Amino acid sequence: MAVIRDTMAEFDLFQPASIDDALALKRRYGKTSWALAGGLDSLDWFKDRIKRPEVVIDLSAVESMRGIRETDDADGVEIGAMTTLTEVAEHAGILSRFGLLADAASKVATPQIRNQGTIGGNVTQDTRCWYYRGGWPCYRAGGNICYADTPTAINREHALFESNRCVAVNPSDTAPALVALDAKFVIMGGGGEKVVDAEDYFITPAKDITRMTILEPGELLTSIRIPGTWAGARFYFEKVRDRQAWDFPLVNIASAMKVSGNTIEDIRLVVNAVGPRPLRLTDVERQLKGQSVTEEVGQAAGELALLGARPLQHNAYKIPLMRNLVKRAIRGTGARA
Amino acid sequence: MADQLEMLEETDKSLSRRKFIKGVIAGGAATYSAGYLFRTGTVRAQSGAAGSVERLITLNVNGQERRVDVMKQETLATTLRYKLGLTGTKMGCDRAECGSCTVLLDGTTHYSCSVLTHSVRGRAVTTIEGLADADGTLHPVQQAVVDGAGFQCAFCAPGFIMSMVAMVDANQSPTRAEAAQALSGNLCRCCDYNKILDCAMSAADYTRGV
Repeated sequence: MAVIRDTMAEFDLFQPASIDDALALKRRYGKTSWALAGGLDSLDWFKDRIKRPEVVIDLSAVESMRGIRETDDADGVEIGAMTTLTEVAEHAGILSRFGLLADAASKVATPQIRNQGTIGGNVTQDTRCWYYRGGWPCYRAGGNICYADTPTAINREHALFESNRCVAVNPSDTAPALVALDAKFVIMGGGGEKVVDAEDYFITPAKDITRMTILEPGELLTSIRIPGTWAGARFYFEKVRDRQAWDFPLVNIASAMKVSGNTIEDIRLVVNAVGPRPLRLTDVERQLKGQSVTEEVGQAAGELALLGARPLQHNAYKIPLMRNLVKRAIRGTGARA
Repeated sequence: MADQLEMLEETDKSLSRRKFIKGVIAGGAATYSAGYLFRTGTVRAQSGAAGSVERLITLNVNGQERRVDVMKQETLATTLRYKLGLTGTKMGCDRAECGSCTVLLDGTTHYSCSVLTHSVRGRAVTTIEGLADADGTLHPVQQAVVDGAGFQCAFCAPGFIMSMVAMVDANQSPTRAEAAQALSGNLCRCCDYNKILDCAMSAADYTRGV
């Protein structure tokens, strides 16, 4: 494929100052438009000329989508979708109550990318499957084949779970943390405001193979609300990647656990980069309630978590990796709480 | 083009390659401006649309107001290098994957290859050219890099230096691990990381006046 990779193709640019103006532009230009947040996912698509929107709606001037506010809900916070990952990682209230999210945000990419990349963009970004990103006409791109799931495909980063024709994974670090914290995503569209649970924001190819989230073309993710429910719980976040900067996770894990004495009262456990959406391990959570925090319980949880995993040619290493991450999330690593 | 040709005719033997390239850049910018002024509606009409953008904009670069003609899909690195002649900012990967184009926007580091120029209106852009004082006195970070001979080929140096400036602005007493973290968004293909980190540490010392 001859692909021009020097400059971006021409597009029309709008920089609305309010959510209403942005939505009006989305309505006017529909599927030919593209909402731009930090731009770190978007501009690569444009430079490779694989996605070629006619109209780009840059949200950087929408002040009401920035910043972190306390909410009426005790201990809760609301994060504007255009808040940068650096702001999320360094915010005092998030550090003290939702350290899980600060930890996840601080492990995204590099300082420069965190200074520009936004929390809304991080959860809404597209998959990194290089066949898809390289412009191959796969299922996700509207075609009728998956190039990553053939006998000769290179699929070391691909899915273990929930794949359906497409085997690409969700690459976000903050998404599993937000699902573990039971966050609510606020979506604005033609029908007004809609609030969904974090775990319902992400979809599998069975629902729509060309999208990663429930966002419709005329909608915007405007903010993320974290309820006080899990504030100050026992958190664990770990990201395994090839290099300690830039790289997306091979597997990451986020857990929030309420422990009384040594007994697990409640837990939310989420793994990402093993499927098309952050994978909440509800069966494991159910089994863990009432158990003690021990090596054996962690081991058993790890075994249970992998039930149903379907490795591809080159990603079977993710099975022991994920098993050990689940175990570490439960019993801790000693060094980190 | 006419002014470029005139310039070529006037060229004496001492004209350097750098000056010639800068002349071509200026000629190019003039051509763009002419296109803006005399264009006859080939681009989608925008009148009345909230948030539509103009091509001629003012940027704040290194403390100066710079009027510049910017395409909608243009990145800041392109504007700095090819419109404003600030070639100290290097283009490496053009994909936010190497760090050589790092500049400061309101004091924080960004990859200028992955920022639309239109989105930095109203923000203070600082490039490597904006660090030294008007009298030529180097910024403490630059002095530390010169004294430590921190780089081999130094293509990545402007990006690293901008990251070091942001680091010492935020933390004047970093540990070596914190310095490594602050510079983790820059790559050096000569793999001079130890010497670069030495420079970062002495840059912090110089900034504290030690």
